[in-house]
Order: sequence, then structure tokens, then C-alpha cells
Amino acid sequence: MASSSTSPCAACKFLRRKCQPECVFAPYFPPDQPQKFANVHKVFGASNVTKLLNELQPHQREDAVNSLAYEADMRLRDPVYGCVGVISLLQHQLRQLQMDLSCAKSELSKYQNLGISGHGLIAHHQGINLLGGGAARDHHHFHHQLFPVNQQQVIRAFDGGNGYDAGSLLAVNMSASIGQLGGFQQSRTGAAADGRRTPVEPS
Amino acid sequence: MASSSSYNSPCAACKFLRRKCMSGCIFAPYFPPEEPQKFANVHKIFGASNVSKLLNELLPHQREDAVNSLAYEAEARVRDPVYGCVGAITFLQRQVDRLQKELDAANADLFRYAYNGMHAAADAAPPPPNPPNRRIGHDVGGGGGAFYQTPYAPYPYNYHSPWNDGYNNPHGGL
Repeated sequence: MASSSTSPCAACKFLRRKCQPECVFAPYFPPDQPQKFANVHKVFGASNVTKLLNELQPHQREDAVNSLAYEADMRLRDPVYGCVGVISLLQHQLRQLQMDLSCAKSELSKYQNLGISGHGLIAHHQGINLLGGGAARDHHHFHHQLFPVNQQQVIRAFDGGNGYDAGSLLAVNMSASIGQLGGFQQSRTGAAADGRRTPVEPS
Repeated sequence: MASSSSYNSPCAACKFLRRKCMSGCIFAPYFPPEEPQKFANVHKIFGASNVSKLLNELLPHQREDAVNSLAYEAEARVRDPVYGCVGAITFLQRQVDRLQKELDAANADLFRYAYNGMHAAADAAPPPPNPPNRRIGHDVGGGGGAFYQTPYAPYPYNYHSPWNDGYNNPHGGL
């Protein structure tokens, strides 16, 4: 079927066409991974992927295909939220971790400041055993909260610094993600909000 | 020129596609005419027919969220054609891993303080076996004692983040 001695790529196999030497899909959709192209085709469509790849430099295409394949896989696993569900889950985890870390550091500072043996403190700080259940509780009520609207939080989250400010991680949100992707500009006037609806509240 | 079955103007999708916006238009509730870019992005990345098929496979109450998430992904992909919203996922994953490690370290210190008193964590004696649970927080990465496992599949490919490990490195990949 292929013009060369190698078998056709997964895309051409799927599309039932001859796999030409210059096939744009061949380097990225090997015949031993048929599901990868099947997913991408179902979610994005072959022609959209072709257009996208043709707009990229050759060295960018592998990453682009892999990210498209991941997005497609996520969308098929979760047709309602796709990758956005993953993002909101990660943001939720980050918030939980931030709170837990703050509590842990607060407890640590008590030990360090008071400088007494641990036994006395254990009796008084029952909270040590109680913290951390929030994640389990929150998980049952977790619902994807989309499109937080505070753009100022976005700006503060990425305000320079060599390391990161744990507090600013709370401000990591989807708007920030889009801001990063666009080479972050503080003067963004809500382009990320264009087309967005009001946040989805937990049901 | 195009008219919907109601007195309203055609939805953004039908305007874009230059067709009549019928009363049962599946796009109309989710692509209002005042948000043309939303449909333009979705059409460019996913295509109208793919979106239509996807919406038809969902229950009506799920469609708004689905459209909004598609619009988000499409916008992310338009802004970053190489990584799209996957870039954000990788970035967040790294932050989660980093914070988890910090939390583990803090919990380890707390543990030592609880058993060994006020001495610095570095000088503390090894904890006795079978210690009671003094941990704060939970393992989001699936380590011991996780309250819940992340249900999604992590990005499996060799991803070179445009931000490295910090986020003060503006992405200029577009």
C-alpha cells in the first residue's frame, strides 16, 4: 500500500489511503499506535491536524502531535471536561497542598519557637491529627470550577522571582495558564475572558 | 440575512458558517452572537461537525460545560499551537509535585519534633518503628496514605516545558 517498503502510517491506515513519502502524519503516527490517530481524528479531525502541523516548524510537530493526542485522549475519557477537568483538579490539589503546607509550617514554627518537648504539645495540638481530612471531604464535593475571573491574581502569580511564592500558587488558575501560553502580558484586557461564561459553581 | 426561528439574531456559529440558524440549532444556546471569537476558535481547532457530534452524544445539561471546556482548549491551542492547554497541565503537575515534596519534608520534621522534642530536625534521632500518624495533609501524588488518587492519566510524553521550573520565563513559543 505504501510507496516505500515500510508499512503505511497509522493515519493512512485509518484513512485507507496510500501513505506517501511526504505524508505529514507518518513521522508522528507510527503504525503500531493505531489508537493515537483514531483518537486525534475523532476529536480534532484529520484536516484540522494537517493544517495545524503545516503551520508549525518541523521540530515543533512531534510535541504538537503528542499534546493533541493527550488532549484527545482526555476528551474521550471525559467528554464534558476533557483536559480542562485535569487542570481544575490540579488547581484544586494545589490549593489543598498550599493549605496543608501552611498548616504544617505553622505547627513547625510552634515547636521551634516554644522549644519544649513534643509530648506536651501533642496533647494541646490535636489539630495535627485532624488536618489533611479536608482533601477527602473536598473530593466528594469537588466540582469543576471553570474560569476564575480575577485577572489581578493572574498578574501577581507570575510576578518574577527566582523561586516561587507558595502563596502565589493559590492564584494559579486557568487564566494564568492562558496568560503564560501567550507570553504573559500584564496589559491583557480580558482576552482570556472572551467567550467565557460565568464560572460553573459546584452543584 | 440569516434568521433564526425566534426573533433573536442567528447564533455565532450560524453567523460564522453563513447559514440559517434554525430553531433546533445545537450551537445556539452556547454560542451567542455577541461572542463570535468563541466559535471561531472552536471551529478552527475542533471543527463544527466534531463539536456537533460531541454535543449530540451528551445530555443537554452537560453541554454548556462541554462547550466552555472546548472553548477554553481551543483558545489555549490558538495561543500555543504546540502545546495548547497541555502546557498548563504540565506546569501544574510540577507545582503539585514540588509542593508535595515540601509537605512531606515538613511532615517529617513535625514527626521528629513530636517524638524527639525541640531539637532541630537534622539532629533528631530516627523515629521509632510503627509511629502514629502525625501527617498533615495528603499525598496527591499517590504516595503512602493517599486520600484519593488522581483519576487522570499524566502526560506520558517527553515534554519540554517552555517555563522550565519557574514561571518567570515568559513563553515565547508562538
